[in-house]
Amino acid sequence: MTATAVRGRARTRFPTGTALGLGSAVLYLSLIVLIPLAFVAWKSLEEGPGGFWASVTTPDAWAALTLTIGASILVALINLVMGTLIAWVLVRDRFPGKGVVDTLIDLPFALPTIVAGLVLLALYGPDSPLGVNLAYTRAGVVLALLFVTLPFVVRTVQPVLIELDQDMEQAAASLGASNLQTFRRIILPNLMPAMLSGMALAFTRSIAEFGSTVLISGNLPFKTQVAAVNIFSQIEGDNLSGAAAISTLLLIVALVALIAVDLLQRWGRHRG
Amino acid sequence: MIQVRDVNKSFGVTPVLRDINVDVVSGSLTALLGPSGGGKSTLLRVIAGLETPDTGSVVISGVDATRMAPQKRNVGFVFQHYAAFKHLSVFRNVAFGLEIRKRPKTEIRKRVMELLELVHLESFAERYPSQLSGGQRQRMALARALAVEPQVLLLDEPFGALDAQVRKELRAWLRRLHDEVHVTTVFVTHDQEEAIEVADTIVVLAGGEVVQSGTPAEVYDNPANPFVMRFLGPVTELDGHLVRPHDLELFSAAEPGTVPATVARITRLGFEVRVELEVGGGEVWAQATRNTVDRLGLRPGDTVHVRPSEAAKPLALV
Repeated sequence: MTATAVRGRARTRFPTGTALGLGSAVLYLSLIVLIPLAFVAWKSLEEGPGGFWASVTTPDAWAALTLTIGASILVALINLVMGTLIAWVLVRDRFPGKGVVDTLIDLPFALPTIVAGLVLLALYGPDSPLGVNLAYTRAGVVLALLFVTLPFVVRTVQPVLIELDQDMEQAAASLGASNLQTFRRIILPNLMPAMLSGMALAFTRSIAEFGSTVLISGNLPFKTQVAAVNIFSQIEGDNLSGAAAISTLLLIVALVALIAVDLLQRWGRHRG
Repeated sequence: MIQVRDVNKSFGVTPVLRDINVDVVSGSLTALLGPSGGGKSTLLRVIAGLETPDTGSVVISGVDATRMAPQKRNVGFVFQHYAAFKHLSVFRNVAFGLEIRKRPKTEIRKRVMELLELVHLESFAERYPSQLSGGQRQRMALARALAVEPQVLLLDEPFGALDAQVRKELRAWLRRLHDEVHVTTVFVTHDQEEAIEVADTIVVLAGGEVVQSGTPAEVYDNPANPFVMRFLGPVTELDGHLVRPHDLELFSAAEPGTVPATVARITRLGFEVRVELEVGGGEVWAQATRNTVDRLGLRPGDTVHVRPSEAAKPLALV
């Protein structure tokens, strides 16, 4: 072996620490994420592409999928706006009880989703003390999804907003920009990557949500049954490959959403 | 012309500005000089409208601007940490004020390129601020502030975040730039050398008050009090007076007005020589030239005779 070849090989070899870290990360990701997902995808194709397609386009599965994806898009957009607003208030405004509100934001993460569903049903169900009955309606599904996905946008936007250089805003003001112009031209572009990340997380969480929707939606097929619940009923009916097919479609949608957000962020960076 | 009249400002219970009166002549380059916490940045921000004074008024070009929003003042502001719009190219940063004013695209393009040439960044138009050095970012910020043709240009410690070499270059460059564009300029600094080198008027601020104002020569040569004298340059204490070390004359024999001293230490710094003396139990130092020291043949332990030169204006310490 020549000296050059040795040097060439040495250059591509990872330092021991890196190799160990990389190895552990890959192994862990494989065991926890990749192998289970690959298994689902493989299972969904057990009866061939035709079988896959037939499983996802049965009337009840298709209705559940369109409802889930439609509701998730709506929820992601609403929480994009409201989450950003809440993050703004938490970072820029001073008011008594701010610390408490800040802690409250994480509660939807902490609460078991089935409990969340129970609470929502009690508050916005047939016996609603507020006089709002959303039980067994699509609005109820959206409400449940809004609740569980609220923290994503808030928690991704908040740190970026804290780090945002307020001198930029003052510079814009001294250059003649109104508050609205400063927001649109300076603040928003700087927050956008975090907002999009948070929205993507909210969306992907929404399409997979089960616990919080199961009670308030009433699981009426063709009306309020979401995809995760449909999958559950397929499993109960011993149709494993059908369940896997719907799951795989959800995975693909989630993947497409994450990739789209990533592309959007790259495009935004280049465009400036 | 900027007139600041009887301005007071407190943050909470802490007074930051007390009865400030400052006149900035049109076309001048004025330095607000003082130690940190002296109120100079706050005064600059009051002029820009980024802070509102508790009492008093700010008049810019004959118009009372005290309650005017920063957007309406037509003032250019340059921040210590550049405040670059990170998501916009250098070109779009400089164009920002013109885009807000809805100027035609061709006019914007022409004006921005002119300004980028003025600040030597014409080849960086498409870069982003993160791709520029600190000095380049600050020049971009300056072009951005100048783009809207402000009546007044305000700079808050503009070179404070830069390293010594770049600082020196930018100082000289700011002076030349001002000679070219003649916009009334006020800058804040805690560096007396910077103020003396760049400004044509210096306003010394300390403890929220104007201590003295005048040309750099006036303030340096006729300081209003020991604080100003100490702040503007090196001082030493001889016979109960503050005096500049370069104003001390050394003799081998007694002369009218001299006091005897013993040489304690001699430090040669190139052409300049620092002579440390003991005078009647006190320590004094004189800044002499190599020629003087060689002519007198000074060595540690020698006795010399020292007095302030005729041009010196010693300040009595009471």
